[in-house]
Amino acid sequence: MKIVLAIKQVPERDAQVHIAADAKGIDERELQWALNESDAYALEEALQLKEKHGGEVVVVSAGPERVGSTIREALAKGADRGIHIEADDLGQRDALGVAQLLAAAIKSESPDLTLTGLQSDDLGYGQTGVILAELLGLPHASLILHVEKTEQGLTVKRELEEGWFQTIELPLPAALTIQSGGNKLRYATLMGIKKAKTKEVRRVTAQELGATSERVVTLERISIPQKQRSTQILSGSPKEAAAALAEKLKFEARVL
Amino acid sequence: MSGIWVALEERNGKIGRISWEAVAAGLKLGAQLGLPVSAVLPGAQTEALAAEAATKGVAKVVRMEHALLGAYTADAFTIAFQQFIAAEKPDYLIFPHSYQVRDYAPALAARLGQVLIGDVTAIGDGPVFLRQLMQGRLSGEYRHAGGGTCFVSVQSGAFRADQTQAGAAATVETFSPTIDAAQIRTKPGEPFRGSAQTVDLGSAQFIVSVGRGIKEAENLPVVQELAAALGAELAASRPICDNGWLPIERQVGSSGQTVAPKLYLAVGISGAIQHLVGMKGSQCVVAINKDADAPIFEVADYGIVGDLFEVVPALTEAIKAAKQ
Repeated sequence: MKIVLAIKQVPERDAQVHIAADAKGIDERELQWALNESDAYALEEALQLKEKHGGEVVVVSAGPERVGSTIREALAKGADRGIHIEADDLGQRDALGVAQLLAAAIKSESPDLTLTGLQSDDLGYGQTGVILAELLGLPHASLILHVEKTEQGLTVKRELEEGWFQTIELPLPAALTIQSGGNKLRYATLMGIKKAKTKEVRRVTAQELGATSERVVTLERISIPQKQRSTQILSGSPKEAAAALAEKLKFEARVL
Repeated sequence: MSGIWVALEERNGKIGRISWEAVAAGLKLGAQLGLPVSAVLPGAQTEALAAEAATKGVAKVVRMEHALLGAYTADAFTIAFQQFIAAEKPDYLIFPHSYQVRDYAPALAARLGQVLIGDVTAIGDGPVFLRQLMQGRLSGEYRHAGGGTCFVSVQSGAFRADQTQAGAAATVETFSPTIDAAQIRTKPGEPFRGSAQTVDLGSAQFIVSVGRGIKEAENLPVVQELAAALGAELAASRPICDNGWLPIERQVGSSGQTVAPKLYLAVGISGAIQHLVGMKGSQCVVAINKDADAPIFEVADYGIVGDLFEVVPALTEAIKAAKQ
């Protein structure tokens, strides 16, 4: 089975993010970057499918130069090769614009299975995989925790709300978005990291892919969210703060 | 163009709260723009539910009915809505941001060259649509720039369902899309529960909830002792259950349980929106986190910024003392 996996590089989970001067993005200086969490689970699912059924795992990612390190990380964990869509203008594209870039790169690969993580930890649109399915003309299922290959195609376990699940059958080729938590993630081995250096990463520009960046939805302004409640922060040493909190809970909130 | 339309969602034979919240969002936008607000209800047997929807202050309800819309598939819903949009040409189509909508609305929008503005928390003048970025640390204002229908989905709990004033019953019409069974490529199974539910967090009065900040399963006794001192149930955010440190039935959030205790004490939880939707109805929220900018503090009544491994044991002692 040939699997193409679209992955995204996002700011590291605990990174301090600051709003850029134009208030239309975040300040990228001094940021540390990482592989998006649900994409890591999608990669794990892809690698396990390959181990069971053979085939190839190709990772594709769009973004500036720095994205190369995340592609190498996926290669070190076991992906076979990478495609880097060189684009410095992702901030100028909406969800459809980015998906068009990815779709153009994936199309020429004609994979059996197209995977993405459920949603990105930065913009959080949660749409790229579903839009990709539409652009590539593929049947899809989202929020998938488990994938099984069958004679006819795939049987997948989909997460529903409030602790419910559902099984869905799809023919191949298909597209899936993978939810976090379905598998245990692997670490890259030393050997894997060494091997990754020799694996192929093809670079292609947005221009070569012929995807335009005309937007139908624009991000006008980024700001710090307004507080929904007025929070009393209790300060002092841990002991002092804890005592003050217990006091507040007992006499002010009256919940003790 | 025919104003604002709200797509209602049937689940287990009912229209849920999240759909009425989408109606509230539609009515707010309608008042802002001076546009009529109508509702569309896809399904296989929608007569009774449409009659209920007709009393929610909308101008019109359309039953989008077809046998193939009974069990949800992305293909059938996308095809049906595409035909509905071609017929009605909505200015705005507003959805509840449910798992089902997340599965088809982005594809539907893309098919029409549009982009869904998803998970919206507020609507401002313009209109601009607010949604969260960076796991709730930042907020972004989005605008629909092109022509055609603007697609929006609204976050659970962001608009007040009880603000849909009951009015005179609106007219109910039927729209019959053309769907061929051969167009449906996926085969959905019946929903099932993951595991027997033995913990009912929904009725708990006190909850101590733990997140990534706990670092390792071996550290859980720190919060277990606090929960014991409070007589609280122990709950967790998703990563803790994903790691298998606590069973999934103790998970609070969109994919777990929704809780509304007297006291919700969040320990080492940053407060991603998927968690907040499950607990923001709590009467009193306390947050303990080392990151002063964590979004959990935005919904907390009381907060302590500090190392949970120092603060929580101190709090356990203070609670014991206060309860004596």
